[in-house]
Amino acid sequence: MVKAEQVWKSFGNLDVLKGIDFVVQPQQTFVLLGPSGGGKSTLLRCINHLEKIDAGRLYVAGELMGYKERGKVLHEMNARDVARQRASIGMVFQRFNLFPHKTAIENVMEAPIMVQHAPRKKAEAEAEVILRSVGLGEKLDTYPAQLSGGQQQRVAIARALAMKPKLMLFDEPTSALDPELVGEVLDVMKQLARDGMTMVVVTHEMGFAKEVADGVALIDGGVIVENGPPGEVLVDPKEERTKLFLSKVLA
Amino acid sequence: MSVSSLSPGDTAAAGRPVAASRPEAIKAIPVRHWGRWLSAAIVLYLVAALIFSFVKSPNIDWPTVREYMFMPLILRALAVTIELTFVTMLVGAAGGTILAIMRLSQNPVLSWIAWVYIWFFRGTPVYVQIILWGNIGVLWTKFYVGLPFTGLVFGSADSGTLVNNLFVVSVLALGLNEAAYAAELVRAGIISVDAGQTEAASSLGMSPLLITRRIVLPQAMRVIIPTMGNETISMLKTTSLLAALGGGIELFGRVQSIYAQTFQIIPLLVVASAWYLIVTSILTVGQARLEAHFGKGFGAEETEAAEKRAARRASKASAVLDKAQRTQGRRS
Repeated sequence: MVKAEQVWKSFGNLDVLKGIDFVVQPQQTFVLLGPSGGGKSTLLRCINHLEKIDAGRLYVAGELMGYKERGKVLHEMNARDVARQRASIGMVFQRFNLFPHKTAIENVMEAPIMVQHAPRKKAEAEAEVILRSVGLGEKLDTYPAQLSGGQQQRVAIARALAMKPKLMLFDEPTSALDPELVGEVLDVMKQLARDGMTMVVVTHEMGFAKEVADGVALIDGGVIVENGPPGEVLVDPKEERTKLFLSKVLA
Repeated sequence: MSVSSLSPGDTAAAGRPVAASRPEAIKAIPVRHWGRWLSAAIVLYLVAALIFSFVKSPNIDWPTVREYMFMPLILRALAVTIELTFVTMLVGAAGGTILAIMRLSQNPVLSWIAWVYIWFFRGTPVYVQIILWGNIGVLWTKFYVGLPFTGLVFGSADSGTLVNNLFVVSVLALGLNEAAYAAELVRAGIISVDAGQTEAASSLGMSPLLITRRIVLPQAMRVIIPTMGNETISMLKTTSLLAALGGGIELFGRVQSIYAQTFQIIPLLVVASAWYLIVTSILTVGQARLEAHFGKGFGAEETEAAEKRAARRASKASAVLDKAQRTQGRRS
């Protein structure tokens, strides 16, 4: 579903990603771990082309992201084609980024109506179903400002799911939450993983990684230090860097 | 996928300390501000003297002021002033919004056009612009629609017909100037919207124009509308510069053309000032309301609308439930 080949990204003179390779199979959950500033979030933002990569190739569902390849020549995609590619990739942000001028259900209906041109009634009915499935059936007409962080993040997940994405990206979805609200968001994500959604998750939640991840990669200094099933990387890491990171996180 | 068994908040009630009974409320003598009382007395004394000098001045002919204050000639000019203010602000706000979006566009051509426009209209005095519009017929005697340099012309109009309509010239002169200033206000409003909003919207596959229209502008409006109220108040007074065009269609122009003949300069200036003050006072109250409404994040109006929708949904749901129960009852 996702294939990264030698992905490089720099901001000015600073190389943030230095040749990243990985593959995420359909219906798998891939967790990116690592210290802050290591490049995890940048990599995630490259996957849906919020950041342009400088070298390498990134494919989602077999399609090259952000470019068209004709023969050996790359053509940059126009805004409309990039938007079309992004529409099939859901993204959940650390700071939720709900639309504050719209209610929970309006947040969820917005893109299906405006992007996929779904009939309003159908979009509203579907939005209600999705919001119920994340436990927010009582909060349909509530504005984000009146919701707790955990509830806001669940609306954000529902908003992304409403586009029926092939892939979901999570950028530290629980880092901005009060500790007692982390569980409700992780529960929704675990359920999503069990239902067979393909997911790439940047997180510091080791419990989540152990429980649902099919693959775990440790990213530091712009490279993948170690990549493998959670049973190996988290329990019996081969690299010193991974051991050091885990000892600090689990301490 | 159902996690509806989660009910947040049930952990919070447990283990909270029980509050002790509340002690007696504090009663204390407040600090006395003698200095404030003294300064207020001095200011009142001076203001009284100033008012007295106005009211009793032999140079202000109060009966004349009273006579002109409600004269139809003056009232009609006042109406035109108010009308000009709002039409100009409408042109300015619409033009300013378009200019701001152009200025922030990824397209360098659009951004550059907006920059040049703002540079010109903010860089020259509005008074000069008014007089320039009044004399536009000297610069271009005819307006053509066609392809420049090719001699191809589809139609043309005499600029005289435009210049003869003072209202149109006034709206053009002030509206195009206001658009440049409004553009900067709208731009500030757009920039104030969190970048995460644009990211979230583009991750949902929304196009840049859709994001601007549906996500960014509605949020920017909360910042822009109160400042536009301020601009409107300012515009009311700026219309007085239109007196330079002659013809006296608005308040100050009318007053000027009257005292040019009657030489009752001071009484007529008092009349004009009084009307400007009255209208600005009314607008200031409106402006304060706008600010209260838009300043505090999300207004009561939206919450109310959402509550109504919730009630409608609830009644729909209970109707469905009722029906289900009734059919169930029939079955059993």
